[in-house]
Amino acid sequence: MAMSYDRAITVFSPDGHLFQVDYAQEAVKKGSTAVGVRGKNVVVLGVEKKIVAKLQEDRTVRKICSLDDNVFMAFAGLTADARIIVNRARVECQSHRLTVEDPATVEYITRYISSIKQRYTQSNGRRPFGISSLIVGFDFDGTPHLYQTDPSGTYHAWKANAIGRSAKTVREFLEKNYKEDMESDTDTIKLAIRALLEVVQSGGKNIELAIMKRDESMKMLAQEEIEEYVTAIETEKQKKT
Amino acid sequence: MFKLSDKILLLCVGEAGDTVQFAEYIQKNIQLYKMRNGYELSPKAAANFTRKNLADYLRSRTPYHVNLLLAGFDETDGPGLYYMDHLSALAKAPFAAHGYGAYLTLSILDRYYRPDLTRDEAVDLLKKCIEELNKRFILNLPSFSVRLIDKEGIHDLEKLMPVGAK
Repeated sequence: MAMSYDRAITVFSPDGHLFQVDYAQEAVKKGSTAVGVRGKNVVVLGVEKKIVAKLQEDRTVRKICSLDDNVFMAFAGLTADARIIVNRARVECQSHRLTVEDPATVEYITRYISSIKQRYTQSNGRRPFGISSLIVGFDFDGTPHLYQTDPSGTYHAWKANAIGRSAKTVREFLEKNYKEDMESDTDTIKLAIRALLEVVQSGGKNIELAIMKRDESMKMLAQEEIEEYVTAIETEKQKKT
Repeated sequence: MFKLSDKILLLCVGEAGDTVQFAEYIQKNIQLYKMRNGYELSPKAAANFTRKNLADYLRSRTPYHVNLLLAGFDETDGPGLYYMDHLSALAKAPFAAHGYGAYLTLSILDRYYRPDLTRDEAVDLLKKCIEELNKRFILNLPSFSVRLIDKEGIHDLEKLMPVGAK
């Protein structure tokens, strides 16, 4: 019988909190770190790669997903929930192109994802999505954007942000080191890598990075390229101390 | 002509409105596949996907009255041309045509086509077809846009504009 779906799961607590949403945010805090940086001509997303078991093929764990030719995202939290969101967003990107003949703006797709998340905080028998996501890309007029969504369904634009485990540490690092209007793409990429290196164990091997330059599609950096940046960063650090 | 992906073109003719609606729907679904899976559909898979969609709509209250030619280049199978008609028949063919022009051009193609045509010979064969239409077809068709697909992708060739008989 359908009776079990009649009761709402997400209801208010006496002090005005939605406990299920708060608990969902706890699930996000347990997920591996993701960092996003918006530069002038490039947007960067980096994630901490979880250490895979020896027999596991590590290329099947993809935390950075492309949503369309001009937008991609990373998430922190329950991977299975993220798969649903990513799938819906991909369909919506194409649907937008079909009806409106233009690629969706980053804000549009962020708004769409957030409204799905919000709907699940107010529907019978459903629980909120246990993920926060960082959505980056370029609009068709060339402006770069970085948005963050969380399980409650709110979204905000950021210049640089981090989600997941140790997000606070990474965000503080970004606040100290972000420079306005970073012209150089390399600086933007290096900032993202440096931010991740603060919290990731054993350096470059556990970092996955994706960049998108204006009018180009998303590019996942190969392990060797990441190692090159890491060595450059280490040498800079040596020079400073 | 609709670009389905980097190496696949869909030529869609028929009922006004149906052509664009159907072709754009297929185009966006092919792109969705690329986003979901990280690689593009092969021409054979795209042709079969298109055929299935056309067949499903055929027995609904809103059939699409379109005739299609799908051309693509596959890394492993090489170039391929697929003929599809409004009843959702699909056939892989070395050459194909739709419409009244087909009555005139198919015989030209039949006579001069060889499986080992070079790129220039193939373009010349296309020119022969258009000259035949210019000579024998009742309607004056002044200009044809031409596209070519090879392993590098889709290329725009220059427009073919047959001149009047001397």
